[in-house]
Amino acid sequence: MAVQVQGEVLSIRRVGAYNAMTVVAPGIAELTRPGHFVAVQVGGPESSMLLRRAFAIYDVKERGVYGGTVEFVFAVHGKGTAWLASRRPQDKLDVVGPLGKPFRLPTSRVNATLVGGGYGAAPLLPLASALRERGSRVDFVLGAGSADRLFGQLDAKRIGTTIAVTTDDGSVGERGRVSDVLPEVLDRTGSEVIYACGPMAMLKSVSAIAAERGIPCQVAVEESMACGIGVCMTCVLPVIGDDGVSRMVRSCVEGPVFLGDRVRWDDVGTVPSDVLGAPVPVASTGGGN
Amino acid sequence: MSEMTVRRHVAPPLPHVDLSTKLAGVTFPNPVFTASGCAAAGQELDQFFDVTDLGGVVTKSIMLAPRSGRPTPRMAETPSGMLNSIGLQGPGIDAFLEKDLSWLADRGARAVVSIAGGSVDDYTKLAQKLRGRPGLTMVEVNISCPNVEDRGQVFACDPVAAAAVVQAVRRNTAPGIPVFAKLSPDVTDIVAIARACVDAGADGLSVINTLLGMTIDTTTMRPALAGITGGLSGPAIRPVAVRCVWQVHQALPDVPVLGMGGIRTGLDALEFVLAGASAVSVGTTVFGDPTAPMRVLYELAHALAERGIDRLSDAVGLAHRPPVAYVPEEPDPVGDELPVVRTPVGFEEERA
Ligand SMILES: Cc1cc2nc3c(=O)[nH]c(=O)nc-3n(C[C@H](O)[C@H](O)[C@H](O)COP(=O)(O)OP(=O)(O)OC[C@H]3O[C@@H](n4cnc5c(N)ncnc54)[C@H](O)[C@@H]3O)c2cc1C
Ligand SMILES: Cc1cc2nc3c(=O)[nH]c(=O)nc-3n(C[C@H](O)[C@H](O)[C@H](O)COP(=O)(O)O)c2cc1C
Ligand code: FES
Repeated sequence: MAVQVQGEVLSIRRVGAYNAMTVVAPGIAELTRPGHFVAVQVGGPESSMLLRRAFAIYDVKERGVYGGTVEFVFAVHGKGTAWLASRRPQDKLDVVGPLGKPFRLPTSRVNATLVGGGYGAAPLLPLASALRERGSRVDFVLGAGSADRLFGQLDAKRIGTTIAVTTDDGSVGERGRVSDVLPEVLDRTGSEVIYACGPMAMLKSVSAIAAERGIPCQVAVEESMACGIGVCMTCVLPVIGDDGVSRMVRSCVEGPVFLGDRVRWDDVGTVPSDVLGAPVPVASTGGGN
Repeated sequence: MSEMTVRRHVAPPLPHVDLSTKLAGVTFPNPVFTASGCAAAGQELDQFFDVTDLGGVVTKSIMLAPRSGRPTPRMAETPSGMLNSIGLQGPGIDAFLEKDLSWLADRGARAVVSIAGGSVDDYTKLAQKLRGRPGLTMVEVNISCPNVEDRGQVFACDPVAAAAVVQAVRRNTAPGIPVFAKLSPDVTDIVAIARACVDAGADGLSVINTLLGMTIDTTTMRPALAGITGGLSGPAIRPVAVRCVWQVHQALPDVPVLGMGGIRTGLDALEFVLAGASAVSVGTTVFGDPTAPMRVLYELAHALAERGIDRLSDAVGLAHRPPVAYVPEEPDPVGDELPVVRTPVGFEEERA
């Protein structure tokens, strides 16, 4: 269940290489669970950018002085996010949310390791709080290209029992990838579940490590999206269903959170020949649709 | 559930304009429809507004068998538009009937089912499967598909192939259910294809499908879409679409047209109506604005009222009138402004 809200920017601040934006958007906070995302209109009503931009929800407040708010963290990537970064308090912003399937919480107390890459750490922080509220132990592995792209370190230190940090350039923490330190963290903490959000390559390696150890792993993927609400079929990836059949599924409504061992990582960006309805090869480029 | 109903967009009251529209004998309460492939089968949009408030829900083109579609990336945003190469991903007609059409029927929505195939036989079977199904209000035939029996030549680009498909669908569809053929703008003479479809039994025409386009990622220096080419849609194509509706209406004034291509506002919709459309589909705009169809309807009603037009049907094709034949009703004079008297403006002779 999602709503479309004419919101208003409450604040925007720099956090390292990212921007954290809080929007007054009544109606969204109450429905939000960790792992949900919002889709934001960019460029104003006459914009030549027709499509919404998707951002994982970092924080929500159901009722502040201003009514419900939603906060997300974003990197400037192209034109749409550049426009967003130039918004100022009181600017209008059209927001749709909460969207997607959130992370599923364990029914019992567990030891959980949360793995975040770059801004992918954002949705893991509310997840960590929810896990802690249920009495679970939370350990973090956070990675990024460089120190300024590491998000959520302070929050993670506060909520988590331990935190391991890696950067590609070694500017903070260990030099390397999260997958380099993850096995050691899992051994040390006796983790029974893994949650991860970040670049697809990271999710793939985290899922592989989880599979080797037979640890259940939920990952939040990022696929290019045109609508975010399930009506356009642009955001698909090959996922194995409960019945063992692979399908091209919409990551905006059936995801973005998937079980790591159900995503066919090596086949993302292709249509494997054994997915439901795979084409009988014909050489042609089509008009689309 | 009550929470959902309360949260949904509630349309403000419409002005007193008769918005009903007749498409080949079937009356729809209003002329704003979704566009095939831009609204799935209505369920996702129903959380944002009541889909029974639409003129009709046009469903994603359905094929006989389940279909995986093309690899990703399947879309690229372009100036005021987008390219897509979805490749007609869908569950196949049987699952569609069971899950989607039955949902629309239970919901009380008017379902316009779009069908697509690779051969005349596919279309025949699809029409037979749809026959007598509750909820089915109209059939839209997506002929922008490669004909596997003719080296992948697109039906919509060949009057003979287009006619064969339309004839097969019309013959296998219950009388009283209009069959609309959806035309591609990627042809030299859209009127020739329109005529061929109408002669083959099409009750109306949906105008237009996407235009073939392409974009290249200058970072990877490769086509941005995995499918290489894709269909261009959105406001970028609106002038092409309006031109197509105009030409088709001019040539076939008695054939109802469902117009579409880049409609974003009520005035955009009015443009299509004035060009000759009896109803419109809102497609790509929904991706950026899920409640857009309701907004377009509201804005269209106001635009008609502001122009002193009481009935939508009076506006259909109005732009085709000769320049002097229509004098808009003057609004009531405000205050004691003097009436504007226009005298012809003269110009000097051009000097060499
Ligand atoms: C579920 C989900 C959650 C996300 N969460 C975050 C987040 O928390 N923080 C953050 O910085 N970014 C996040 N992203 C990525 C973010 O949506 C893109 O960076 C953004 O859309 C780029 O827009 P642009 O106009 O700057 O780039 P452009 O390249 O100009 O965008 C063009 C089009 O492509 C789409 N697009 C381009 N890149 C991406 C991408 N990586 N993912 C999805 N769509 C893309 C855009 O939506 C737009 O329609 C998320 C994406 C998804 C799908
Ligand atoms: C993502 C996408 C998928 C589409 N799928 C279909 C389809 O399955 N069948 C069809 O007849 N048209 C399809 N179309 C075309 C639209 O129905 C419409 O004709 C076209 O996009 C122009 O309208 P618009 O600019 O309002 O989107 C699709 C368009 C888009 C953008
Ligand atoms: S983004 Fe449109 S279906 Fe997922």
